[in-house]
Amino acid sequence: MLRRQFLAAAAVAAALAGGLPAQAQQVAKVGLVLPMTGPFASTGRQIEAAARLYIAQHGDTVAGRKIELLVRDDTGTPDVTRRLTQELVVNEKVSFLGGFGLTPLAYAAAPIATQGKVPAIVMAAATSAITEQSPFFVRTSFTLPQATVVMADWAAKNGVKKMMSLVSDYGPGIDAEKSFKDRFTAAGGESVGELRVPLRNPDFAPFLQRVVDAKPDALFVFVPSGVGAQFMKQFVERGLDKSGVKLLATGDVTDDDILNDMGDAALGVITSHHYAAAHQSPENKAFVDAFRKASNARPNFMAVGGWDGMHVIYEALKKTGGSTDGTALLDAMKGMSWTSPRGPVQIDAATREMVQNIYIRKVEKVEDELHNVEFATFEAVKDPTKAAKGG
Amino acid sequence: MSDASTLNGAAAPSGTPSGTPASTAPRDFLIGKSRWKPAEFAFWAVAVGALFALPDRHLLLNEIAILGLFTLSLDLILGFAGIVSLGHAAFLGIGAYAAGLLTKHGVSEPLTGLLAAGALAGAVGFLSSFLILRGTDLTRLMVTLGVALIFHELANRLDWITGGADGLLGVAPGPIAGLFEFDIFGTTAYAYSLAVLFVLFLLARRIVHSPFGLSLRALKDNRLRAGSLGIASARRIVAVYTLAAVYAGIAGALLTQTTQFVSLEILDFARSADALLVLVIGGTGYLYGGLVGAVAFTLLKDGLSAITPAYWLFWMGLFLVVLVLVGRDRMVERVRGLLARAVGRRA
Repeated sequence: MLRRQFLAAAAVAAALAGGLPAQAQQVAKVGLVLPMTGPFASTGRQIEAAARLYIAQHGDTVAGRKIELLVRDDTGTPDVTRRLTQELVVNEKVSFLGGFGLTPLAYAAAPIATQGKVPAIVMAAATSAITEQSPFFVRTSFTLPQATVVMADWAAKNGVKKMMSLVSDYGPGIDAEKSFKDRFTAAGGESVGELRVPLRNPDFAPFLQRVVDAKPDALFVFVPSGVGAQFMKQFVERGLDKSGVKLLATGDVTDDDILNDMGDAALGVITSHHYAAAHQSPENKAFVDAFRKASNARPNFMAVGGWDGMHVIYEALKKTGGSTDGTALLDAMKGMSWTSPRGPVQIDAATREMVQNIYIRKVEKVEDELHNVEFATFEAVKDPTKAAKGG
Repeated sequence: MSDASTLNGAAAPSGTPSGTPASTAPRDFLIGKSRWKPAEFAFWAVAVGALFALPDRHLLLNEIAILGLFTLSLDLILGFAGIVSLGHAAFLGIGAYAAGLLTKHGVSEPLTGLLAAGALAGAVGFLSSFLILRGTDLTRLMVTLGVALIFHELANRLDWITGGADGLLGVAPGPIAGLFEFDIFGTTAYAYSLAVLFVLFLLARRIVHSPFGLSLRALKDNRLRAGSLGIASARRIVAVYTLAAVYAGIAGALLTQTTQFVSLEILDFARSADALLVLVIGGTGYLYGGLVGAVAFTLLKDGLSAITPAYWLFWMGLFLVVLVLVGRDRMVERVRGLLARAVGRRA
């Protein structure tokens, strides 16, 4: 009993102490809700590092307002995400929300962004339907169909006739399978099999055996980023790398964060994605160098989502002249275009999604490190799901 | 442990000729045990007081109340009947999805959802209780874990009903009993969860202090001996397991209704493990363990993760190791000693 009272008293004291300072200068608070621990911790760490780097490079004052970054760990649990976003809106009165590592986490926060009229920047989660859940969602990452559709187009144009697909058996995986198959068969290709592997602790061996038996021209793969390493290992163990089956995937499989640890097994894998640390541009070179210096790691597509998210926040504040009215900020974000480390990008005013280049890359060795080296570009790709709906 | 000794101590005199008549002694004993202590009044007074004193923290308090109810339900089987479970989240999840689906498909009144969720979780608890009747603790750990995994996979597969890995969208509960609307500050949510927790706590308190509750403790201490005393162990285990499942289901329903969202994560192994951790912090077998533990666990987690979002698990782990090494009882005794001395000096 006593402990409870003590803790309650401590909580009161902390609340009082926390509420007083920092009111002198006008502040604009940015609340990032990210998985900082648990299986998706790398997402949170990449985004936080990128956001802090952006603030360090661009100064912490915009349009007369001091930017204050609040980072909260939701451990990848939707009800915690919801509570933390709600607390950030109600108690901290944040002007922007950001982060959202996984689709359910973004879904859980959607009603809060709408009710609180706070622009919420989706920096990671990639299911297409997210931005339809709240008019205050703006996305600076990508949608999975953006990457898969481009992969299908490229495969059809480059002599692939018979395809098989292998995806993790959950929402995004099934989306990827469907959008790939639809696009590929529409372009005249043939799908000879769709394989779905369990999301947790997958054993790819039996599935890969079916690929060996079916002998397609290429295998299209989508698995969440961490599982990619496991997949590559078993792909090589089964001898599929030497069997003439081309391996095509979305960039999640050869995530820059873990690519180098996959070893030579990953060499030659062809992927489609919106960002690679090896992207050739002065903006990206500056970004990668600064990121490496600040956090001793290679930035991946999560980091660039966080970086661009902060950019959107800064530019929106500049446009509104420091006003933190949610609707005004949202309007300022719609249609905004700039040159990101990933290339030229724009926020589609109608869908609040990124319109961006999708690159076809091949894993190669560059200066003793494995990198996704881009060799073809599909320019200004919109989210195909919403484009199909006429959005 | 201490309860067993007082039980023996109280029972012994009634057998001697000089004692009180045998017919009233057990009754007095039970009534004496179930008398409200001042600390209990204080606990609930603080819980209600927080509703007014901490308007900024209602969301966190709501989470504490729900976690408290969930661990209270685990305490009912672990602390009173000695059944270890690593899959208690199954019932939390069933309740959560039941309430979510009900709300989504028309019945948006929260209390109705609560009852339906409790009933469904109870039915599943009743059926699965037969699986844990036999075997040792280790078997039970495996069986309960397995049951939870099955439900997790079911929720994943039935994605046209549950929304699968993306979660169940569009859960918008109406006002409670048509009167109280959920607000963005979480005030209604906390008041609602606290009220439900209190009612269910009273019920649990009544049950564990009844002859039925005592017979459960006998089962926990020595099942063989309890059996030879004529206590039907199987029926009691089925009953208490079903009751605990109902409680967990209601906790799940509260979570869904107050957060307006359910996803697969509710059935995660981590949920079951957290509940056990909370009981490690708070202690088992006196009903308040889950509640006190939930307060300490959630506040620690919230406080530490706000200070260091990436490394708070380390400090949490350190705290748990120290707690186990030093021993909770010894820490509580020390604090109690200090308190007594402070009170003594003032008097």
